[in-house]
Amino acid sequence: MIAHQSASPGAGSVASGAADVKLACRGVWKLFGPGAESYLASQPKPNAAALAEAGLIGAVRDASVEVGEGEIFIIMGLSGSGKSTLLRCLSRLIEPTAGEIIFEGRNLLQASERELIEIRRHKMGMVFQHFALLPHLTVIENVAFPLSVQGVPREKRQARAQEMVDLVGLKGREKYYPRELSGGQQQRVGIARSLAVEPRIWFLDEPFSALDPLIRREMQSELMRLQSVLHKTIVFITHDFDEAIRLADRIAIMKDGEIIQIGTPEDLVTRPATDYVAEFTRDVQRAKVISARGLMQPLGADCDGRAVDGRVKIASFAAEIVATGRPFAVTDENGKPIGQVSPQSVIDLLAGREAAR
Amino acid sequence: MSVSAAIEPLRLPRSSVWPAIWIAALAATALLYLFPQLAPWAVEYPKDWIVPVAKWTGAAMLWIRTEFTWLTRALSAIGQVPLDFALDTLARGFKIGQGPEAIELPRLSWLGVVIAMGMIGWVLGGRGLAALAGGCFLYIALFGQWDSAMLTLGLIVICVPLCVITGLLIGIWGYRNPRIEKFFITPMLDVMQTMPTFAYLVPMLLLFGNKPVSAMMATGIFAVPPMVRATMLALQRVPQEIDDFGVMAGCTRAQKLWRVLLPAARPTLLVGLNQVIMLALNMVIISSMIGAGGLGYDVLLALRSLNVGAALEAGLAIVALAIALDRLSQAAARQRPVPQTGARFWERHPFLTAGVAILAVTTLASLAVPGLAKIPESLTISSGPIWKSMIDWVTQNFFDVIEAFRTWMLLNILNPIRDLMAGMPWLAAAGLIGLAGFQLGGLRLMLLVVPLTLFCAMTGLWDKTMATIYLCGISTVVAALIGIPLGVLASRSDRADRIITPIIDTLQTMPSFVFIIPTVMLFRVGDVTAMIAIVSFAVVPAIRYTNLGLRQVSPALIEAAKVSGCTRQQMFWRVQLPLALPEIMLGINQTILLALSMLIITAMIGTRDLGQEVFIALAKADAGRGLIAGLTVAFIGITADRLIGAWSRRARQRLGLA
Repeated sequence: MIAHQSASPGAGSVASGAADVKLACRGVWKLFGPGAESYLASQPKPNAAALAEAGLIGAVRDASVEVGEGEIFIIMGLSGSGKSTLLRCLSRLIEPTAGEIIFEGRNLLQASERELIEIRRHKMGMVFQHFALLPHLTVIENVAFPLSVQGVPREKRQARAQEMVDLVGLKGREKYYPRELSGGQQQRVGIARSLAVEPRIWFLDEPFSALDPLIRREMQSELMRLQSVLHKTIVFITHDFDEAIRLADRIAIMKDGEIIQIGTPEDLVTRPATDYVAEFTRDVQRAKVISARGLMQPLGADCDGRAVDGRVKIASFAAEIVATGRPFAVTDENGKPIGQVSPQSVIDLLAGREAAR
Repeated sequence: MSVSAAIEPLRLPRSSVWPAIWIAALAATALLYLFPQLAPWAVEYPKDWIVPVAKWTGAAMLWIRTEFTWLTRALSAIGQVPLDFALDTLARGFKIGQGPEAIELPRLSWLGVVIAMGMIGWVLGGRGLAALAGGCFLYIALFGQWDSAMLTLGLIVICVPLCVITGLLIGIWGYRNPRIEKFFITPMLDVMQTMPTFAYLVPMLLLFGNKPVSAMMATGIFAVPPMVRATMLALQRVPQEIDDFGVMAGCTRAQKLWRVLLPAARPTLLVGLNQVIMLALNMVIISSMIGAGGLGYDVLLALRSLNVGAALEAGLAIVALAIALDRLSQAAARQRPVPQTGARFWERHPFLTAGVAILAVTTLASLAVPGLAKIPESLTISSGPIWKSMIDWVTQNFFDVIEAFRTWMLLNILNPIRDLMAGMPWLAAAGLIGLAGFQLGGLRLMLLVVPLTLFCAMTGLWDKTMATIYLCGISTVVAALIGIPLGVLASRSDRADRIITPIIDTLQTMPSFVFIIPTVMLFRVGDVTAMIAIVSFAVVPAIRYTNLGLRQVSPALIEAAKVSGCTRQQMFWRVQLPLALPEIMLGINQTILLALSMLIITAMIGTRDLGQEVFIALAKADAGRGLIAGLTVAFIGITADRLIGAWSRRARQRLGLA
């Protein structure tokens, strides 16, 4: 099992190959318990059983990820899987026991206290599960707070904070205190606050988990809208697989402190690395995840219907192809046909029959 | 055996073994009690074995006093400056220069202070609180207690910021260094909070003399612990996410502390402030014995001359002051920030500006209108004679009843138990307490409580310790017998709760000193009087925790019991009470601690326990004797606290409540 898992992350990192790597971690370990560091030094890659024997808890075990510029990278896992610990290692809120964390080409673990404060002040933003708003400050003061600790002059930070408040749609509520806002509104403040410093990397730690399902969907859409404007590099933590599928460019799935698989939503659905991943993907609406290219068959003679881009999701043309009853051509980025999708394969996919491919 | 014991944690004997162990231990105790000649050294602590800790401590204090005169003088001088300023402002008026050319400035006008207090009440809690706060101060003025009350208030005004700042800094230090918190600060706080108030007075008297500064120092030390605890607790309670946010926003350590953590912890900190104020009031009253002056001194003088009316008058003024300060600071703790608008200072702070203006105007006017400087005699009411005649009427008409009750209590309950306790063999007591400690909390607890008990014997204070435990024990039992039923009543009927809770809230704000006054009037001096005073002071937590514990029982369990067909009786005895018992026991624990603190004060009315020991030490300014007697009381309290706390924790764990 271990061997299988360590092989799969490599396959998933292809997607980031094109873009610049913004944040990466290599071989990060976080062990809790007495003498964790010396133990890890003597025993480079212990497995779960060895750790248990040593009385240590492996919150994060040998995690390696690369997050590309402008990408939404989601770390997904159930509670206790170590996803939050990994995020806190990436932002160096906690010190990893071993490994390295490369942010914009330099090792974050070697940064001094002073440098780290500078990095956080100017390059990092973070949104928290329970909002973490300061109860004694108004909305606008909360948003301006990170600027205020850097010593940005009052006028300037006020203007910037106002801009952010407007961006998240809270205009008119600047003077409210957090307790006077609903959960969704509070998280909008949290988002505005984390964006106030124009971060290069944006950490979101289960930002919508504390919200009602309807508000959660609304906030997910809001995040997509913001991202279409801002193009941030995002590391997003969630325990909700549907949320991950909906938002992610790529997903890392964690279990018991290990990353089991990294890949695009489509990768995870079509090629789950383990039964555990397959279990998650089972109830996913495949048509919304799988692209035309994923269902593509060799170009046949009878392909005289319309053409679709290979990156388009099946769901967007499923009704149409079933109605016409004829295969659609699949094209690459340049519009050149590279294959076709048959109505039957779409029907099979919608019906949950796997045999289509 | 030795090998397995080294690997496995020390196992507690199975529950079935415990009754046998206890029977054996109790039998041994009874044997020793009935036949002391078997081992006389185990019954009466041998004189030769007494360790003269008191003498050593006394010598050390004297050495400190002679070697560090410069320091105590300097501290005294530094403390004197703000103290004089506060006392001059509120009570005495300023006198600058000397002789006939001296310029005299008036103190704040009483009318101005009353209105200002009303306004503070208005800002913090609306019209009701304004009426209450203004009314309390008006009462003090009209009943002719203004001068003394302002002396008392002046001391509090200086002590509270002192305590808050010290407490905050120590609390922050503890929060940042969990080891120091665990091994130094918390034990220190435990001792400080169980140490009787009087024990603080003796060393202060020795070091700083019979002056208000001594009172300020004693109060400063006495009232710090709750602020330290509140600070540590408040900071620990700040959600980890807020802390993380502070880091991610790029705060430096100092920025994170002062701009993120402390503001987020504000509500809990303000609860600490309320406690500091109430403890400071309590201590300032008691410090009248070492020169604080003010209302406490009035009570003391009146009690000494058995002037019933005067004592009650001053006592009621203390109550008025206590209620006003308590409600104001509680309202401040509940207060939430409101956005301030307006460009100018007075636009943003209209009430502050108006308050200062009113104080200034009335005070300036008092230069011309004497009635504003000092409340005119014609306006004041002396309630002394009324109280005196009421008490006289009670004693004349009910003397026989009261006397009969007193004698009956003394002869049938108090004295037999006292005699029983007096013969308690010290070694057996230490053994039994150690056994209880081992059963409840294992080796660690045993190793804590046994030395504490042995300390009481070692210092040669065993007889007085037993006398203390006797009075404290009886008072606790009586308080429980009164308090638990009242708590049950309050938990079962909302109407009873609405009557009982405000009363116990008020009882709790009153300084311990006040409780002595009415009991002495009715029952004169002696053990029965002491017991009644202790019970009336210590009954509050028994009521409160019982009420709370019963109300906290999960509604789901009550519904489950109802569905199972429990009658109200069955529900109470078989569901509610067992589940509430850990909480109730915590209440009893608090009752014991309060009883101990009150016990020492009742030494004023002639008891023969450790309180008397402290009292004698105070009269003789014997710091060693006072401190050691005080420590002994503290150790009794800590022992009781740890044993009950351990029991309660185990019970909660067993019930799955923790």
